[in-house]
Amino acid sequence: MKLNLKIWRQKGPNDSGKLVDYPVDDVSPDMSFLEMLDILNLKLVHDGVEAIEFDHDCREGICGSCSLNINGNPHGPDTGTATCQLHMRRFKDGDTIVVEPWRAKAFPIIKDLTTDRKAFDRIIAAGGFVSVNTGNAVEANAILIPKHNSEKAMDAAACIGCGACVASCKNSSAMLFVSAKVAHLAYLPQGNPERKMRVRNMVAQMDEEGFGSCSNTGACEAACPKEIKLENIAMLNREMLKALCD
Amino acid sequence: MYLKNFLASSVGQKFLVALTGLGLSGFVLMHMSGNMLLLVGAEAYNKYAHAMITNPLIIPAEIGLVVMFLLHMSVALKINWDNRAARGTGPGRRPSNSDKDARFASRYMVLTGVLTFVFLVLHLISFKYGTYYETELHGEKVRDLYRLVAEEFHKPLFVAWYVFAMLILFAHLAHGFSAVFQTLGLASVRNCTVKKLGWTFAAVVAGGFISQPLYFFFFN
Repeated sequence: MKLNLKIWRQKGPNDSGKLVDYPVDDVSPDMSFLEMLDILNLKLVHDGVEAIEFDHDCREGICGSCSLNINGNPHGPDTGTATCQLHMRRFKDGDTIVVEPWRAKAFPIIKDLTTDRKAFDRIIAAGGFVSVNTGNAVEANAILIPKHNSEKAMDAAACIGCGACVASCKNSSAMLFVSAKVAHLAYLPQGNPERKMRVRNMVAQMDEEGFGSCSNTGACEAACPKEIKLENIAMLNREMLKALCD
Repeated sequence: MYLKNFLASSVGQKFLVALTGLGLSGFVLMHMSGNMLLLVGAEAYNKYAHAMITNPLIIPAEIGLVVMFLLHMSVALKINWDNRAARGTGPGRRPSNSDKDARFASRYMVLTGVLTFVFLVLHLISFKYGTYYETELHGEKVRDLYRLVAEEFHKPLFVAWYVFAMLILFAHLAHGFSAVFQTLGLASVRNCTVKKLGWTFAAVVAGGFISQPLYFFFFN
């Protein structure tokens, strides 16, 4: 396959950056999107050009490291998959593909396609955990959890924290991410003792990081590689209301 | 303390917009239902209008409405301002895959809201503060609002603008009314019933308002 790639190049956080054309040929339809970028990088290095930086790690859709806005679609045109799970057979010979980094004030660009997503770590540190201060792990079956709740909690826990929700949102809102983390623990008895403090602190940290707020457009849900549902945001709102009275 | 923090948070501000939006939805529904008397006749409508104008509760109700409007608009515009600041710089293309794109109504709430406000101001000028005709109703001198409405609804440009504004209101309500449930944490906006409720509410309100000028223009 022959492709015309337009890739965002930016030397550093303070550089203004621009889209650069990279025509590539001999792309196999069986390559993954990231492998295609690897091959391009090999060629660039061979030609003495600086390689394109992009985030990746597990390459099997579970770590949340990869990102990329591909033709405006976070994680590419497919739904329910991460960029690393996207294959070149999804494109046609002669296609032009525009590759950009996540765009959000709270995710500053480090270089080329890599962004600083530590804001998510700080939100988790503000309350996305369960404190276990002492003793051994308790017998798993000692705490009874209704099937319905454990399923909902697992669905929310599928969030890999990649930031596609922020990248797809016209407001750069992190509410799908925060709501998944809040809902995940709110459905479980283990999350109960700290639930009010958790939602208050996580939302406060989210606002402090400079993310926007939710307009209920549902773009995040469509972009999410783990198909985290919008109903989690309704739960986040409900949890915030409950946390009003202490 | 918690309430103050809540109202300062992004979730709390959305909550304010949702609550005031719900109040305003109630108002447009009542306003549309009352105005359906236009289709009944001059006497019925003028009687209703007179009862509304002379009601001692009308001033507090109007003050409440103005407060709701101002809160709804100012908080929504403030949120929109913050949201714009949260966006990244750079070209940032729109999704090429429609599966990953948001619907028109949800993306343009501020635009449809501002247009509705412009309509509201012009609407008040043409009707509430419009020409004062008088008529007699059961031996009492009352305002002949029916005559004013009938006159305005026979002007083609006025009717076209009115219908356009109501379609804009439809888009605003179709998203807004269902989003209220999500923001208040009552149900997900993805819930089928909630979605249908939003569209139905918007269709009833906008459809009712649109039927009035069309009735006058074509049949009266």
